Amino acid sequence: MSSVTTDSTPARLSIYDAAAANRWRTLLLIAVFTALIAVLAYFVGEYFAPGAGIAALPFAFAISTGSALVSYFAGDKLILAQSQARELGPSEEPQLRNIVEALALGLGIQSPKIYVIEDSAPNAFATGRDPQHASIAVTRGLLDKLDRTELEGVIAHELSHVGNRDIRVMVLVTVLVGTVALLADWMWRSFFWTQGGRRDRDRGGAGAIIAVIAIALAVLTPIIAGLIQLAVSRQREYLADASGALLTRYPPGLASALRKIAADKEPLEVANKATASLYIANPLKDAPAFFDHLFDTHPPIEERIKRLEAMD
Amino acid sequence: MEIVVVLVIIGALALFFIATYNRLITLRQRVKEAWADIDVQLKRRHDLIPNLVETVKGYATHESTVFQKVTEARAAAVAAGSSASPEQRAQAENMLTSALRSVFAVAENYPQLQAVQEFKDLSENLTATEDKISFARRFYNGNVRDYNTSLQTFPTNVFAGMFGFKAEQYFELADATEREVPQVKF
Repeated sequence: MSSVTTDSTPARLSIYDAAAANRWRTLLLIAVFTALIAVLAYFVGEYFAPGAGIAALPFAFAISTGSALVSYFAGDKLILAQSQARELGPSEEPQLRNIVEALALGLGIQSPKIYVIEDSAPNAFATGRDPQHASIAVTRGLLDKLDRTELEGVIAHELSHVGNRDIRVMVLVTVLVGTVALLADWMWRSFFWTQGGRRDRDRGGAGAIIAVIAIALAVLTPIIAGLIQLAVSRQREYLADASGALLTRYPPGLASALRKIAADKEPLEVANKATASLYIANPLKDAPAFFDHLFDTHPPIEERIKRLEAMD
Repeated sequence: MEIVVVLVIIGALALFFIATYNRLITLRQRVKEAWADIDVQLKRRHDLIPNLVETVKGYATHESTVFQKVTEARAAAVAAGSSASPEQRAQAENMLTSALRSVFAVAENYPQLQAVQEFKDLSENLTATEDKISFARRFYNGNVRDYNTSLQTFPTNVFAGMFGFKAEQYFELADATEREVPQVKF
């Protein structure tokens, strides 16, 4: 209750502006991934037979278009199914439902569908295509361990992802990164099958260069794709923290929730590398320190808490 | 040569007018949509009150003035809901809120009532509705501010009036401590 008592209208981040920016970002992402897949396909095609690179391009475009379409129309369902999330009935968890409905009104968006993951690790994520087709999933642990203001903070963070259209970008990135990883893996295997066979036949220095480029790309592309995903997801966690706090007008609620989530050392079993970046805090609890945070899916929680505390 | 320059200037001006006009229409539409959200929640509150009054009446038989006050305040708020401006509606809703508070204050004196499931459900529903009203109101006021600001800044302010754009009213409820339904302890 304390979160709704201040009566004023301070400056807010307009969700309309964020949404417009995300529309461009979506297009840019699709373009970047299409280019990435096309370059990969071209050089790998050239590697196997000179001139085959061009022939590989239509397949590359078909694959990137296909996965973009799948993620647009069914990405949220795939993610929810993979996370073993169950949709709440109309009379289950009335407090959670009231919080979601009230905060959705504050953002002027339709109230999303609510899912629960029966796992004691506290965490939450939002997914979907747009606010009309959005879902929000929370774990049983989150409901059990957080009080009302903390829960409000987490829900406001997730609803900001919905309102900002972050969810579409995040689903798209999740599926496209999966596709790139799958393709690179597949090409990598074909290198081994054909090793030594055609590589040196009818080719001079150009053939050798192409071979080097093809192999380098097969190694680098999934890493580049992963880095795009990380850069995209980390940046928007800060943004969602900020707009969530503006929504509840009570930054300490989310700060305290993040502290509790960080203190909980239990990993969330239904999360995996592809879906980890969707959650409000890294569900894998596996941050590798030696990469100097380059490969973290989330900004450090202490930094997020510090920024929230600086807000009021 | 001069004709081209003149045409270019006229074209640029026309584009500017169209863009500004469309932006104002969009912003005003957002205000209207946000108002509809508040309206739904206020109606929900009005719908819950008769049940609350009936339930409390069953236990607190000697408090008829309190019930009469809240019933009148509700009727006034419902009447204001059909036509009045945001400011008048806010006034009626504030009356209703304070009348509602006295109902809950009365209810506190009847321990058996506190144990009734229907009463618990009703007070929970009312609390949730107040919450929703407050968030919907915040969204509405944010949209009114965006609209009014762009209406009043140069150069839009020069011709906004010619197209019939008028500043919208904020929806201000009484002080927050007064606005909340008192927490009922079970």
